[in-house]
Amino acid sequence: MSDSPIITVNGLIKQFGRFAALRGVNATFAPGRLYAILGDNGAGKTTLLRSLAGLAPPTRGTISMLGTTKLRDVCAQLGYMAHPSLLYDEMSGMENLRYFARLYGITDRARCEGVIRAVKLDPALDRPVGQYSQGMRQRMSLARALLNDPRILLLDEPFSNVDVRSAREMSGLLRDLRDHGKTLFVVTHQASLLDGIADEFVWMESGQIVDRTPDLRRGGTA
Amino acid sequence: MSGISEIARVTLVKDLRLEWRSKDAINSMLFFSLLVVVIFSFSFDPTAEESRRIAGGLVWVAFLFAAVVALNQTWARELRNQVLDAYRVSPAPANSLFLAKALGNFIFVTVLEALMTPLFIVFYNLRALGPAYQLFLVAVLGTWALVVNGTFFAAMSLRTRSREIMLPLLLFPISIPALLAMVEATTSILTGEFSAKFWIVLLVAYDVVFTTGCLLLFEVVLHGE
Repeated sequence: MSDSPIITVNGLIKQFGRFAALRGVNATFAPGRLYAILGDNGAGKTTLLRSLAGLAPPTRGTISMLGTTKLRDVCAQLGYMAHPSLLYDEMSGMENLRYFARLYGITDRARCEGVIRAVKLDPALDRPVGQYSQGMRQRMSLARALLNDPRILLLDEPFSNVDVRSAREMSGLLRDLRDHGKTLFVVTHQASLLDGIADEFVWMESGQIVDRTPDLRRGGTA
Repeated sequence: MSGISEIARVTLVKDLRLEWRSKDAINSMLFFSLLVVVIFSFSFDPTAEESRRIAGGLVWVAFLFAAVVALNQTWARELRNQVLDAYRVSPAPANSLFLAKALGNFIFVTVLEALMTPLFIVFYNLRALGPAYQLFLVAVLGTWALVVNGTFFAAMSLRTRSREIMLPLLLFPISIPALLAMVEATTSILTGEFSAKFWIVLLVAYDVVFTTGCLLLFEVVLHGE
């Protein structure tokens, strides 16, 4: 596996009005690794993830992904799971996935069924997503992010509102995805679920990356 | 990647399915228009001749206000659970989303017009003295003029704090030429006093210019912050 970076972030500044959510982030990320992004509320984790997804264009600085700074050109290689579900409450999980699959040119129903099973849900469940439990919604949201078999996965709080057993199953799934060569960025407050799974813990404070460590203990170099 | 038209088609089908299940837009529009018809009919007691002169204005103003309700609803459902972000991170073209939304709104407003027009005819005792088939043309062109700009400006005002106020503020001034053409054309057909041809041509030109402009600019609106 090549060690040349899959993502390079250079002097990334993101301002919302006068508030700077990211204050000069510089980092490179290698392919086929699982990065856990940690930090207190307001540290800039979600903004960094949204910037990588192309949803929050940089105020200054650049993001190079898969060899290009034009993120729209590589968005088909990207899977994004946000804190909200990004699903229509009035439609069933399968209906949602069938629709989003078409946006990627995927017409294969089996692909949708496959990702639903991968997150341990039943593709035949025809209840609207609005009637799902929070945990089921999170898993369906992860299934949506996996639809296009992306090379890079950006996951914002995938374990929130998920029971302990399901969260462990999900972290196992993330490990399998990494083992299959995917690059994953997981923003979480439940870092212990990724202990022994994540290749690197990226610590953020006040809109900057302040540390990168191979395990959950702080004190390495930035 | 699937073509623009295929993604527009599946997005339109999805929107129609969502509307069929929630009936958010159509119910609000229907009740609003019904109120307008009833209140106006109590407020005025026009003769048949006066009705023909004012009906064009009444009908189109009622449909314009009702359309704003639908236009706000269309994008509101994309904001719940931030579903719009799922579209923005996909490689699907922005124009497909715009076309689907505009066509969806066109269908909703057309259904409203089909249901409300008989009521207007009954309440205002209307009968066209000019070529009645031209009313169909005016309705199609006029409705498209309202929804194409409405869909665009509703998307533009999505991220503003008071988007329900912002939409009419943006939409109404820019709709004045179209509204004028719709009212004048309708009045001329109902009274039969002059030809509606000039106003219909104006509506065609308006539709072509604004549809092209919206299609060219929508990507900036969708991917902007």
